[in-house]
Amino acid sequence: MNTIAKRISDFLKDFPPFNMLPKDELLAISKAVDILYLEKDSDLFITGTPIKNQFYVVKDGAIGLFEEETNTLVDECDEGDIFGLRALIRKDSYKLTAKALEESIVYSLSAELFENYITTNSEASAFLMTSFVSNTRYTEPNSQKQHQSSEKIQDFFEEQSIDFSKNPIHCSPETSIKAAAIIMTHKRVGSIIITENNKPLGIITDKDLRIKIATGLVSIEESVTKIMSSPIITYPENITVAEAQIAMLKYKITHLCITKDGTPNSDLTGILSEHDIIVVRENNASALVKEVKRTSTPEQLHQIRKRAEQLLKRYIKQQIPIAFATKILSAINESITQKIIDQAIKEMPTPPPTAFAWLAIGSQGREEQLLLTDQDNALVFNDVDENEYKKTQQYFLTLAQKINQKLEIVGFELCPANMMASNPAWCLSVSQWEQQFKKWITTPDQDNLMLCSIFFDFEFVYGDKNLVSSLAESIFESIESRDIFLTYLGLNALKNPPPLSFFRQFLVERDGEHKDQFDIKARAMMPLVDAARLLILSKNIKTHNNTIVRYEKLAELEPQNKEVFLACLEAFKNLLYFRTQQGLLHNDSGRFIDLQTLSKANRLELKNCFKAVKEVQDLIQTRFKLSQFL
Amino acid sequence: MSWFRKKKYPPFWETYKECFKGKQNAEFEKIRFVIFDTETTGLDIKKDRILSIGTIAVIDKNIKVSDSLESYLTQDLFNVETVKIHGILKQGTIHKVTEQEGIIQFLEHIKNAVLVAHHAAFDVAMINQALKRLNLPKLKNKVLDTGHLFVKSKLDTSKKHFSLNELSLRFNIPQHDRHTASGDAYITAILFVKLLCVLKKKNTVLSLSYLQRSNERIGLL
Repeated sequence: MNTIAKRISDFLKDFPPFNMLPKDELLAISKAVDILYLEKDSDLFITGTPIKNQFYVVKDGAIGLFEEETNTLVDECDEGDIFGLRALIRKDSYKLTAKALEESIVYSLSAELFENYITTNSEASAFLMTSFVSNTRYTEPNSQKQHQSSEKIQDFFEEQSIDFSKNPIHCSPETSIKAAAIIMTHKRVGSIIITENNKPLGIITDKDLRIKIATGLVSIEESVTKIMSSPIITYPENITVAEAQIAMLKYKITHLCITKDGTPNSDLTGILSEHDIIVVRENNASALVKEVKRTSTPEQLHQIRKRAEQLLKRYIKQQIPIAFATKILSAINESITQKIIDQAIKEMPTPPPTAFAWLAIGSQGREEQLLLTDQDNALVFNDVDENEYKKTQQYFLTLAQKINQKLEIVGFELCPANMMASNPAWCLSVSQWEQQFKKWITTPDQDNLMLCSIFFDFEFVYGDKNLVSSLAESIFESIESRDIFLTYLGLNALKNPPPLSFFRQFLVERDGEHKDQFDIKARAMMPLVDAARLLILSKNIKTHNNTIVRYEKLAELEPQNKEVFLACLEAFKNLLYFRTQQGLLHNDSGRFIDLQTLSKANRLELKNCFKAVKEVQDLIQTRFKLSQFL
Repeated sequence: MSWFRKKKYPPFWETYKECFKGKQNAEFEKIRFVIFDTETTGLDIKKDRILSIGTIAVIDKNIKVSDSLESYLTQDLFNVETVKIHGILKQGTIHKVTEQEGIIQFLEHIKNAVLVAHHAAFDVAMINQALKRLNLPKLKNKVLDTGHLFVKSKLDTSKKHFSLNELSLRFNIPQHDRHTASGDAYITAILFVKLLCVLKKKNTVLSLSYLQRSNERIGLL
């Protein structure tokens, strides 16, 4: 019997390469383990010191590996991660310093025993070799992150690479002009490339046929070499839109040849025409917005929204900053909604009896909606005579119903909680809204707090903007008169603590459809959204709805907490990115993440996100003196 | 004169006694601590018996799985009531040794180590009682008590007695294999190492005499 060793092998057996070892060998290794307890910030080994005949596996906590000179964190090891093995294999001194990032328990394993079993186990040794070879631990830290800030981004359109036509139509130099023209007609293309041994020699376009053949200058029985443009302009496969446009302008041509290495001496792989550039243009954001204005049916808008999703996919693939992507997608969503409201008003028997405004609320209001999620909206109309009120509300309810239905056709699902303008509670006059709001903040129970937090992030979409400003002002007045309300909002912001310490087994959803998946929205994004809203409200700032912008503003207002806010900002961007990526991958809202599908780098980033959540929650707890309530 | 003649003890006791000859290791980092726990048929030191002994060594804050002992003792006395706590059946499939063999293994294993247990007095008394049945003197080792070390840390002055349960919760120690001698010895070992870290902050140089010193006496001085 060896209860303790058995417990250790039980832990190790879940992690590679230990899972590749037979039970008895793993138990033998486990019997020789030393268990180390490390306090936060204590070192396990230091750069330059001679290696110990041990390597390490993190049992609990996290160990950071630091580059001593620059004191940069090179890697972070958490539960089940191996470290210290590299130096052992190199039989060299330690190149990095291992320090406990939090209170940790580490298993120290005998290198000899391990080596004995590994060398005899091909699977396990192969795993270690590949993990060393493919290891990215020594690359520049943060190399995958984008450093551009949202202000610098004009239009990434220019930097996109283009999909060119592969397998271009081509013929040999011996081909007659007539034969070539027949091929072009048959294949319905405007150009043909003349190749020899698959290397491009020249090109003939429709224009050449018009200028050189139709004018009678050259006989159609001549060979294609007689009229082809040569030498040919070639580019490599990863040519960007901007490069292609410049090339076409510079050489006054309409087609570019794409070859393997970009020179005329390598194999032809494709052709890029002006038309290809137009296609990219058509799917770019501003073109989509323009097109929205020309459409008339929700079905057509649905198609545009689908193309917007393709655009988003390309943005994500090309790592275009998420702040930029959200702006674009929000703009498209907004113009779709405006178009739909226009149409709905036209369908009403009479024009609106009084001024009104359509508001996006929740994530749409914060302009953080990338994927199609449900619609959250509200309507506010001008105050009217008491005896006119019922009739007026009824008009707007009917209008809202039409709008909600049309939005559903476009692809925005109806809100399951009925937070939509077609709900009488979300379609009120200015003074009725003010009263409803007062009621919410004077009885801040769970439901009302949620209603408040959804409504706080409203964004004007359509109608009379003045109505919205006066509503906003009265809301802030009522908050100012009730300090305690911010305390409640603070408590609300803390109700989802980050799952920081149980990273590997972190709080995945316990039951239901999304069992074993992590709710990235509720557990990581909402806490950041809630915190940003609370802090910006407490500063009495009315104009910032977007979470990223809110953190930017907060960092500016409180230089002493700048780091925390910037960490939150980064975290939120990353989470939004994750969520979008996952959503596009699984064709859903991206809210639930399957932890198994995340790479180590992604897991590390997620963990950093949780740290930011924790920091800002600590700040809120202190600032609003919430510890007494918790 | 016969009553002055030294009592004759079996060789294993003499070997054990030999370990205490000469100077004990004074360097704290080199001291071998043996953390141990006993599972017993009950709490009556005279009547109840040891069911199993679990130990694990700690040197310089490293918990040594390779330096551990886990033994189960055959017993005549059997208490149905405590089976539900420790789960050891009178006849079970676990390999068991006699009380004498168990004690011999234990002494061979601990040598002159400093013993550590949670509420050590009970476990030491149980071992001493078993020694007595074998006509042997009491244990010669120095003993530390993790309960006592926690009181010494002054992290919580509300009471004097803290169970292993309470402390493992407080120190965030996972409670695997509770109520097996080895499992409890392991939990106690982690608790011990964590307490050493806490106490080290209060007293920059840890020494055995500091750890042994009773809190009561400090209070009186």
